[in-house]
Amino acid sequence: MNKKLTQKFAPGHSTCAGCGIPAIVRTVLDATNDPVVVVNGTGCLEVTSTLYPYTSWKVPYIHNAFENAAATAAGIDAAQKVLEKKGRGGKKAKIIAFAGDGGTYDIGLQSLSGALERGHNFLYVCYDNQGYMNTGGQRSSASPYGASTETTPSSGKDIGNELYRKDLMQIVEAHHIKYLAQANVAYIEDLKMKAKKGLETEGPSFLLVLQPCTNLWKYPTSLYVHYGKSATETNFWPLYEISAKGGSASGGENVKYKINYTPKERKPIEEFLKGQGRFKHLFKPHNKKVIEKMQKMVDEKWEELIKRSKN
Amino acid sequence: MEIGAVIKHDIKKAPKTGDWRYMKPEVIKEKCVGCGACVKYCPEAVIETIDRKQLTIDHGKMSKVKGQILSNEVAQIDYYFCKGCGVCANVCPEKAIIMKKETECVKCGMEAERE
Repeated sequence: MNKKLTQKFAPGHSTCAGCGIPAIVRTVLDATNDPVVVVNGTGCLEVTSTLYPYTSWKVPYIHNAFENAAATAAGIDAAQKVLEKKGRGGKKAKIIAFAGDGGTYDIGLQSLSGALERGHNFLYVCYDNQGYMNTGGQRSSASPYGASTETTPSSGKDIGNELYRKDLMQIVEAHHIKYLAQANVAYIEDLKMKAKKGLETEGPSFLLVLQPCTNLWKYPTSLYVHYGKSATETNFWPLYEISAKGGSASGGENVKYKINYTPKERKPIEEFLKGQGRFKHLFKPHNKKVIEKMQKMVDEKWEELIKRSKN
Repeated sequence: MEIGAVIKHDIKKAPKTGDWRYMKPEVIKEKCVGCGACVKYCPEAVIETIDRKQLTIDHGKMSKVKGQILSNEVAQIDYYFCKGCGVCANVCPEKAIIMKKETECVKCGMEAERE
């Protein structure tokens, strides 16, 4: 066991072999030397890291329900402020909320929105594995177009998920918070840099981290880094950050987009899709149009991003 | 105030996730350049780099890649928690980690040493 990396999050958890979530958690926690309090919305991370009577967490950790990770974080922040006012504060702890895409895009969206709007000082990290992977891979609003999931299976003419992925970054950006970024577990250094920036920000900050799921994206356990990298190299999952110096008061005036990684040569989306069981049906001849549409969607998003980063 | 429903971290209570493994990663010490790519991507954080001097290495087997600088570090895997996913073998730029089929029963045959 690597003693340096496991100071805050220890092995012994039951995440699937080849899951990237522990790497995300360790990277985010190691981005600061200050004391931290972790809040965790229900999801893979919660059920695997806290197997009674064992816990992998060496830092204070609050176990809460699916929808209220951000609300709990807001409560801790409020409590710290009150204690400070009363003179019993001591050193303020950094608050980090972890939740999956189910607990962020769908179920936890209202509490996240509320906490962002009230301007509490915390970092929210969403690890996005594009579905309810803990319960068997049901569709969430993070599932991409064309993916076969438990609740939207592909068969015959059905292409699987026919709905589009929710653009959570734009929803969060609309709260005019000071820092938010899209990251990827396959780019650990980039993730660490973003976590550091997020933790240093006064007020709320948000990280959306792609987390390839070996079990329900259906690929061999050894390949999470490969699929993470190909998601970014095909522009399916661009790495960028949005910072606004003025924060909520000045609205969108000082909003700055920065693209952290531009692929030297854009790879076709097939590079990312091939080998994944959930996209297997797309390679049948009659589904060619679906792939073309996905490519178009990815290109449009990328162009929009470039346009915004130039402003 | 009485604190209820709190569990404290205790590594002794940790389930031995090494039991899951059916493929075992092995580091070829002569090829490893100690870059640490496997260390940061290992989901269990069971890999660390240790000083090469602690090991006996067959220098004849050392890979002779042009311009390669062998660092003083070499990767070492703790098999107690290793689930055998193979991420380390996949990210290794030197192909210095190979996956071998587990020959002994992890549960009864081999008891990895705990630190």
